[in-house]
Amino acid sequence: MGKIEKDSVSLGKISVSMPPDLIKQVEDGTPATELSYQEAIREALREEMVRDERVFLIGEDIGKHGGAFGVTRTLFDQFGPERVRNTPISENTIAGAATGAALVGMRPVAEIMFVDFSGLAMDQICNQAAKLRFMTGGQCKIPWVIRMAQGGGAGKSTAAQHSQSLEVWYAHIPGLKVVLPSTPYDAKGLMKAAIRDDNPVIFLEHKMLYSFRGLVPDEDYALPLSKCDIKREGKDVTVITSGYMVWHAMMAAKELANEGIDVEVVDVCTVSPLDEQTIGNSAKKTGRVVLVAEACRSYGPAGEWGMVVMERAFEYLHSPIVRVTGRHSPIPFADSIENGVWPGTVDVVKAIKKVMQY
Amino acid sequence: MEIARDTLLGMYRRMVRIRQFELAASDLFKRGQVKGAIHTYIGQEASGVGVCMALKKDDLIAGTHRSHGHNIAKGAEPKKMFAEILGKETGYCKGRGGSMHIAAFETGSLGALAVVGAGIPIAVGAAMGFKMQGQKRVAVPFIGDAGSNTGNWHEGLNMASIWKLPVVFVLENNHYGVSTNIRYSTNIDDLSIRAQSYGIPGVRVDGFDVIAVYEAACEAVEKARRGEGPILLVTESYRFDGHYSGEPEVYRSREEVQEYRKNDPIPRFKNYLIDKKKVSSAELATIDKEVKKEIAEAIQFAQESRQPDPSTATDYIYT
Repeated sequence: MGKIEKDSVSLGKISVSMPPDLIKQVEDGTPATELSYQEAIREALREEMVRDERVFLIGEDIGKHGGAFGVTRTLFDQFGPERVRNTPISENTIAGAATGAALVGMRPVAEIMFVDFSGLAMDQICNQAAKLRFMTGGQCKIPWVIRMAQGGGAGKSTAAQHSQSLEVWYAHIPGLKVVLPSTPYDAKGLMKAAIRDDNPVIFLEHKMLYSFRGLVPDEDYALPLSKCDIKREGKDVTVITSGYMVWHAMMAAKELANEGIDVEVVDVCTVSPLDEQTIGNSAKKTGRVVLVAEACRSYGPAGEWGMVVMERAFEYLHSPIVRVTGRHSPIPFADSIENGVWPGTVDVVKAIKKVMQY
Repeated sequence: MEIARDTLLGMYRRMVRIRQFELAASDLFKRGQVKGAIHTYIGQEASGVGVCMALKKDDLIAGTHRSHGHNIAKGAEPKKMFAEILGKETGYCKGRGGSMHIAAFETGSLGALAVVGAGIPIAVGAAMGFKMQGQKRVAVPFIGDAGSNTGNWHEGLNMASIWKLPVVFVLENNHYGVSTNIRYSTNIDDLSIRAQSYGIPGVRVDGFDVIAVYEAACEAVEKARRGEGPILLVTESYRFDGHYSGEPEVYRSREEVQEYRKNDPIPRFKNYLIDKKKVSSAELATIDKEVKKEIAEAIQFAQESRQPDPSTATDYIYT
């Protein structure tokens, strides 16, 4: 990483043709339906709202309009304006009102359109909701979820204020849980778990993944909010990653399999609390680690994961840890330079080869 | 409005309890027994008591960094409050919150939130919850004058107004946000006119007069409870102490403070009770004495309590 390279410029286009069978999460014979990531989140919301009348949605343009990315489409017609509550442009009070409603026994799911806008709600999320249980000595709980779209991808051209990957803003705050699913299966199961959890959960949805399709079981299920998920088992090298980058890691693994390199892909689908055990065990098993994160390099998630590897598996390592990350840059608009700030499959392949050759 | 004798005496007791609590807390702070900072409510007792006496037990209040008085007014026990400000396991928040974060959920106080204006969105959400649940409860955020200059204020009042939520916004004008006078930070004299921009009623009362506050609060609370939407109640008062206990107060004159102190709400209410309600001064002196004893016992309870065990430092972060 570092330079804008010709081959990485084409990476964004790979995303639209990423084969859905790259990640298989549903056993053959299980009754399942193919859904997009966006539909999977919507179905989780719908089913939880049917199951529990305390669950309701609150956010900007989530009513008839269906939200900035269409996730809540049709829910307004099914549940009405009280439970699919369209708000003024007031991010701070969307978050704060979710906290107040949660304190009196509701289970709100709020939407803040883009994680980039959540700076406006930072006090309510990080100083109030995250700390209320702690600073009142356990007198209360705050069972809310705040959904936000994050991340970017080549060709989206949403520029500097609608494209960031900011999971570490929230992962740094004790009292919050942070989720970043990479597949429709994970999105549905983690959303259900987030709604049923009694803590405030930041649920980040990657914009490039909304249209990704995959099989989702028909029966009710929830996934744990405390685990990494091994998306591909391998014996030679571990790639630790999350969100959209999981797909780049899977593409890289597929390509390298042809060259006889067996890659394990660990998906940090729950960013916080971090499942250090799974990361440590995988690093011990392969002895080689590549970290792939879309977020800016400095103080980013990759640095955190790398330190976990050092603490848990240093003596098992055959090579230094390498990280592949977004550059320390705002996201530019023009395609020609937009592509230069994000990592892609080519960068992951290169990094894996580097640790394999060490 | 005819107010029952018991209610009047209850108001008096709570006002005296707040005053005694705050004087004792300041004293403990000056002697180094209370760590951190103490922001006292001395001079504003009539505001918190007048409002909270108009509430039911299950109505909720949200406080600020200056909420010892709000908590006592809502029914909190001094012993658990002293224990909290002394950082003891027997405190309301088990020593995790301290002076600026006393919450007593059992009394309907959902927390003292020490970022100015932060209680507004939370109270709005609680009221939204009440409405969705079909409960006839009311949420009351206490806000200082300076809090009405925050974004919380605009977003919160606006959102409560569009959904006609049962919120009584109590704006206590004590004239200062830390060192900055509200006349400097706001271009209006009467803060209650801010209600007009949200299409809700704005009422302004003498915050040194507990009866005036109580009557206005009763009307506002019942209106909100009937589903007629939010109301702004501005209580005009004054902070007799500095922003925090021991603060040098270079931004205001001694004369200004003395002038306001002439309006001390406690002697004023005492005289009212004796002159107009035929309460004997002996009866009030008995209350004074009982509160003094209660405060002394509460301090002793707090001093004798233990601090939280170090092994529990990170308890209560997650459920």
